[in-house]
Amino acid sequence: MEHSELLVDYSRAQFALTALYHWIFVPLTLGLTFIIAIMETIYVKTLDEKWKQITKYWMGLLAINFAIGLATGIIMEFEFGTNWSNYSWIVGDIFGAPLAIEGLMAFFMESTFFAVMFFGWEKVSKKAHLTSTWLVAVGSNLSALWILIANGWMQHPVGMKFNPDSARNEMESFAEVIFNPNAVSKFLHTISSGYVLASLFVISISAWYLLKKRDIAFAKKSIVVAASFGLVSSIFMLTTGDESAHQVALNQPMKLAAMEGLYKGEERAGIVAFGLLESEKEIGDDLDPFKFMFEIPGALSFLGYHDVNAFVPGIDDLILGNEKHNIISVKEKMIIGTKSVQALSDYKKYKKENNTIAMNEALKTFRATSHYMGYGYLKKPEDALPNVALTFYSFHIMVTAGSWFLVLFILVLYFSMKNELTKKKWLLRLAVITLPLGYVAQECGWIVAEVGRQPWAIQDLLPVGMATSNIGSTSVMITFWLFAILFTALLIAEVKIMLKQISIGPEGH
Amino acid sequence: MFDLLTLQQYWWLIVSIIGALFVFMTFVQGGQTLLYTLAKTEDERDVLVNSLGRKWELTFTSLVMFGGSLFAAFPLFYAVSFGGAYYVWMAILFCFIIQAVAYEYRKKPENFYGQRFYEILLYINGTLGIFLIGVALATLYSGGNFYVNDMNLSRWATQSYGLEALLNPFNLAFGAMLVFLSRVQAGLYFLNNVNEASISSRVTKVVYSNFIPFLLLFLYVFGTILFQDGYVYDSSTLVVSIESMKFLHTFMLHPSLAIIILIGLLILLYGVYIGAVKQKSSAIWWSGTGTVLTVTILLFILGINNSIYYPSLADMQSSLSVENSSGSLYTLNVMSVVSLLVPIVISYIVYVWRSMDATQITIDEVKSDSHHY
Repeated sequence: MEHSELLVDYSRAQFALTALYHWIFVPLTLGLTFIIAIMETIYVKTLDEKWKQITKYWMGLLAINFAIGLATGIIMEFEFGTNWSNYSWIVGDIFGAPLAIEGLMAFFMESTFFAVMFFGWEKVSKKAHLTSTWLVAVGSNLSALWILIANGWMQHPVGMKFNPDSARNEMESFAEVIFNPNAVSKFLHTISSGYVLASLFVISISAWYLLKKRDIAFAKKSIVVAASFGLVSSIFMLTTGDESAHQVALNQPMKLAAMEGLYKGEERAGIVAFGLLESEKEIGDDLDPFKFMFEIPGALSFLGYHDVNAFVPGIDDLILGNEKHNIISVKEKMIIGTKSVQALSDYKKYKKENNTIAMNEALKTFRATSHYMGYGYLKKPEDALPNVALTFYSFHIMVTAGSWFLVLFILVLYFSMKNELTKKKWLLRLAVITLPLGYVAQECGWIVAEVGRQPWAIQDLLPVGMATSNIGSTSVMITFWLFAILFTALLIAEVKIMLKQISIGPEGH
Repeated sequence: MFDLLTLQQYWWLIVSIIGALFVFMTFVQGGQTLLYTLAKTEDERDVLVNSLGRKWELTFTSLVMFGGSLFAAFPLFYAVSFGGAYYVWMAILFCFIIQAVAYEYRKKPENFYGQRFYEILLYINGTLGIFLIGVALATLYSGGNFYVNDMNLSRWATQSYGLEALLNPFNLAFGAMLVFLSRVQAGLYFLNNVNEASISSRVTKVVYSNFIPFLLLFLYVFGTILFQDGYVYDSSTLVVSIESMKFLHTFMLHPSLAIIILIGLLILLYGVYIGAVKQKSSAIWWSGTGTVLTVTILLFILGINNSIYYPSLADMQSSLSVENSSGSLYTLNVMSVVSLLVPIVISYIVYVWRSMDATQITIDEVKSDSHHY
């Protein structure tokens, strides 16, 4: 079933819209729940009422964020069915399991103990309450684990085999799916980035109080917890980022090439520290991909393959092929893929006709070609290329911002320890304005991961053009705009409420 | 381990139980529609919202879990129904998105749209949301307009993408039945959870006025299910055909199911009686147990005795059964191991529920709580 480009574009746009809105709220929940749990632990250990007040204040802000995160989250699960129904069948046998486990293991834990965390202060013991708070943190992170196992599988499908009778991929090894290296690195990198954002959130709001010379003790205490948590998380995030890039190099070389704007592959490939892409650049031409750039030699080879001399394939190599490095062109893959699609169709036809010999022949051809089956659905080789500019700039904004966050945490923690933070107005101002950058970095991370792997819904197996539901594009256009209006309306309310609560402050004035 | 059909039916049972638990938990939605009926003052309304506000996420999660287990166990249904009856499911999603923020934002200063706006969102979720879910569930008996091709890829036969289900009186009755049931359950829940005499005194009238239409609609829906032509498939050829009074035959073949559904209905009636007439706080547990038993069986019969659980009105042979739409043997086995977690999850939910609801909620408690809705 072929889909119109408009349908595919709007289906992608709707999913991206939902995911990008959802991703404004989720990272904060992932980290803030842990920060709150740490603060409450200090309260339970010290019985200092000040820490209880601090815990409750940040809990209040968490609740505002949590509600809208939940609202945007429910859609994502159902959108796999509503907008990606072919996908739901073709890979649902593998993809559905982690989603169901997420619901069972994580969502119930979150929703059950969430009520205790907010309303149980006077109803359960201190220890039971603290346990509930920790369980909410664990529950939200477990949720991230399962959804990222699912996402990691989309980026690097393992542990399954295509069943021509049911015309879908079927799971063969659950262990391979859950211990998929791509999923593990993705999970660790994503949650640590959430912890960093939550730390920035607490530091930024506390810094604003310090600049306003109000709620000083509250702000100082909050900053110490958040900066310590943020520093550890930042280091962890950079380490897991390195592993994520390694996984991308191994399994998604086109994404890596797009992230770095690398057209002609090379040994000792460098990382572009900063640069401006040449918009006229086309696949296979001799135009320099950059108007200008500054490069760190050998760094990309090292980052991608842990070998400074390794060859990193570029976009031209991956699209047009490179005999020297044994890379076959997309055109050749498309020919093999087309054979595969035809063989599957023949197999079904001959099976219906009870023509066993022809059926077995078709099956043999299918088995020999099915590794490139996804390419059989592409229309032209250039379709295998993601949006280079969007991927490149998003990646570089994310990395630059992430590095700055580490510096900020070090500075804030250092001056906090020396009890000089209130005097460092420049640092407090920087801390306040860094929060929006934290959100930008989060969204960029999502763009790198998801735009960078286009056109694949499942890497190399299923392009987005084949994965959508078989519905009219007008229907998706209508719901896209309804979602856009609704989410924006809710976001406005959320921001207004959040700002008001921040201005009211922990003392309620 | 187990053979494929056993696992398919096991998973259909799990889906049925989750669906039934969700229907019970829709007392939250029912309560949202009673904010201006049961409460006459702002304080009373606040206590109702806060009583529901401690449970709404469980209802929400049950719905997500219902979808998740369908995806994992019956991915073809997920693809066919969600991707085909597009407008219906999208409308349901909209109704649930707006619920999630309404509790938290309703009373917050500078919430941009005002308190009344969020209460309207809760009302829409409680009425339209539940009604549409009822319509969607009804199509499991009445069918949908879809085709499934040789590659198991599906498409919808009409451009109204599921909205045509609203023209079927059975579907409408099913949706309305769930709305009235949710309101009955809400009244009984408030008796259990809220300690305000003024509210309790209004519950009887609400329960009666919603139970009577519920009962009439239930009799119509149940009668239709029993006596309608049902779709069946041949287990060796998977060819689909029509059997007169299919579900009545299923009950005759499995009298234990008929007994359970009868017990469920009697318990439900008893719960309503002791709630409405005797104002007993335990009423919700009786009616809730009755609801779960009844709905579980109503859904379960779709997955046994060679029944089709999602008939195609466009092409009978495209109809879905547990056998032609499920996950693979391996995946169902894996998921069955995971399902052993269910008792643990239910245990901690029960434990927390009991701890949190050991004392009833009052207006004073809501006022004194620093975090309230």
